[in-house]
Amino acid sequence: MKALSKIYIGLIIFFLYAPVLVMIFFSFNAGESVWVFDGFSLDWYAGLIFNSEMLEALKNTLIVALLSSVISTILGTAAAVGISSFRKKISKRLAMTVTNIPMMNADIVTGISLMLLFVFFGKLLGLSESLGFITVLIAHITFNIPYVILSVIPKLKQTDANLREAALDLGCTPIKAFFKAVVPSISTGIFTGFIMAFTLSLDDFVISYFTCGHFQTLPIVIYNMTKKTVTPDVYALSTIVFISVFILLILYNTVQNGSEKRRSKH
Amino acid sequence: MNKKTFGSRLVSAPYLVWAAIFVIVPLVIMIYFALTNDAGNFTLSNISGIGKYKKAFLYSIVYAIISTVITLILAYPMAYFMTKIKISAQRMILLIVMVPMWMNFLIRTYSWITILANKGIINSFLEKLGLPTVHLINTPGAVILGMVYDFIPYMILPIYSVMSKIDNSLLEAASDLGSNGFSKLKSVILPLSLPGVVSGITMVFVPSVSTFYISQKLGGNKTLLIGDAIEYLFNAGPEYYNVASSLSLVLMILILLCLAVMNKFSNDEGDIIV
Repeated sequence: MKALSKIYIGLIIFFLYAPVLVMIFFSFNAGESVWVFDGFSLDWYAGLIFNSEMLEALKNTLIVALLSSVISTILGTAAAVGISSFRKKISKRLAMTVTNIPMMNADIVTGISLMLLFVFFGKLLGLSESLGFITVLIAHITFNIPYVILSVIPKLKQTDANLREAALDLGCTPIKAFFKAVVPSISTGIFTGFIMAFTLSLDDFVISYFTCGHFQTLPIVIYNMTKKTVTPDVYALSTIVFISVFILLILYNTVQNGSEKRRSKH
Repeated sequence: MNKKTFGSRLVSAPYLVWAAIFVIVPLVIMIYFALTNDAGNFTLSNISGIGKYKKAFLYSIVYAIISTVITLILAYPMAYFMTKIKISAQRMILLIVMVPMWMNFLIRTYSWITILANKGIINSFLEKLGLPTVHLINTPGAVILGMVYDFIPYMILPIYSVMSKIDNSLLEAASDLGSNGFSKLKSVILPLSLPGVVSGITMVFVPSVSTFYISQKLGGNKTLLIGDAIEYLFNAGPEYYNVASSLSLVLMILILLCLAVMNKFSNDEGDIIV
């Protein structure tokens, strides 16, 4: 039974990683094919560095991911605090239903409805170009906030409400009480929300695709590359993305492990 | 007391305004487009014209159901076996399962082309063995494989996270009361893991039924899925926005119905296990 379960886990991991390994292998291909290997080369990687469209898209992706995750972490944390102090059950329910909409809806529907909104308002304002950086940013904030709210609310539930009361009784202003008494106990939730928002934003293709106009993020560039004939440059780019994600996750895991160890020491 | 909570309630105001403008209003506009014609007059012709896309809807639903079922069959034992190994190894495997999830699905889908293509890895391997080659790319099977591959982590993770919280003493109690392996699975693990299964199914079904990339890359545009139809119409120009909106509206209603049915099976409060 033990051996069987290990074999099964191994097979699933093989299934998950076989295409990734194939992709990394062919990113070093000297030839133009993605299935005939003509020898080792770094040409496709070198080509990426000098591809200004790609670098521009990378910059755009990082700016959108950083801005949208910071803004949605602030808005989402505030929202979580507010919503969890709603006293009427019905208004709490309503707020959570609205929060669930972007998470439950198909990305294509979210993307299209936002695009229609932007085009509609663009027409009203008489803009020649209604889609671009701002609309992508708004779209990303919109789909990120629910993830922040849903990772902060459980932490708020675990927090002792008396803590804030005590801080207030001891003479803290409500704002100071919030930062001194509430934030430390929900900080892991805020951090998880931020990381999720950041990675979701980095990764998003469908919603960006409908709201970007001529503004390009990395997934959009990848999409346009895969529309043409298949060459290993997409694989080289993907390998870089894969390795970055891998390092990011390891870092995140170490940070989390570290904080857990510190907590268990106390 | 009242004053204190009033302040905290107020901090959710910016978000609620944001959600009203960028979640509710867009859906209202989409419904407006779906129910009007080019000139802005009310019409039901977009909705009634959906019959033209009956096949696309049908294909999307069938493909999504097949790939969700396959994903569940593969992921459930994976999640179960994961809970049976050492905690430190569990963390490691969890990380390994998550890495592909955080990679772009465009890339993940695309890498299958190399494996499945007519001169791809599988076929060149068969050739070397002197076996006849097989046609894999641009088939329904390839599309379903792409869906299973892209979304399987979304099935493994929620099931695993529910299973890993099952109290061990429950299993011990079941053994003490004479349960063998199979009846333990049937009467303890299966019912307790149901919420994870339900959220896994929704997390796989929703993106599968609405995808527009996987079918184009691995299915070779042979079978038009509903996501492809919507994408195609929106790119065709503003004069098609009305029809495309009505298709999106129907897709949204379809998904909401599925979610409502799924929610009937689980009694959590609509929390999502991520």
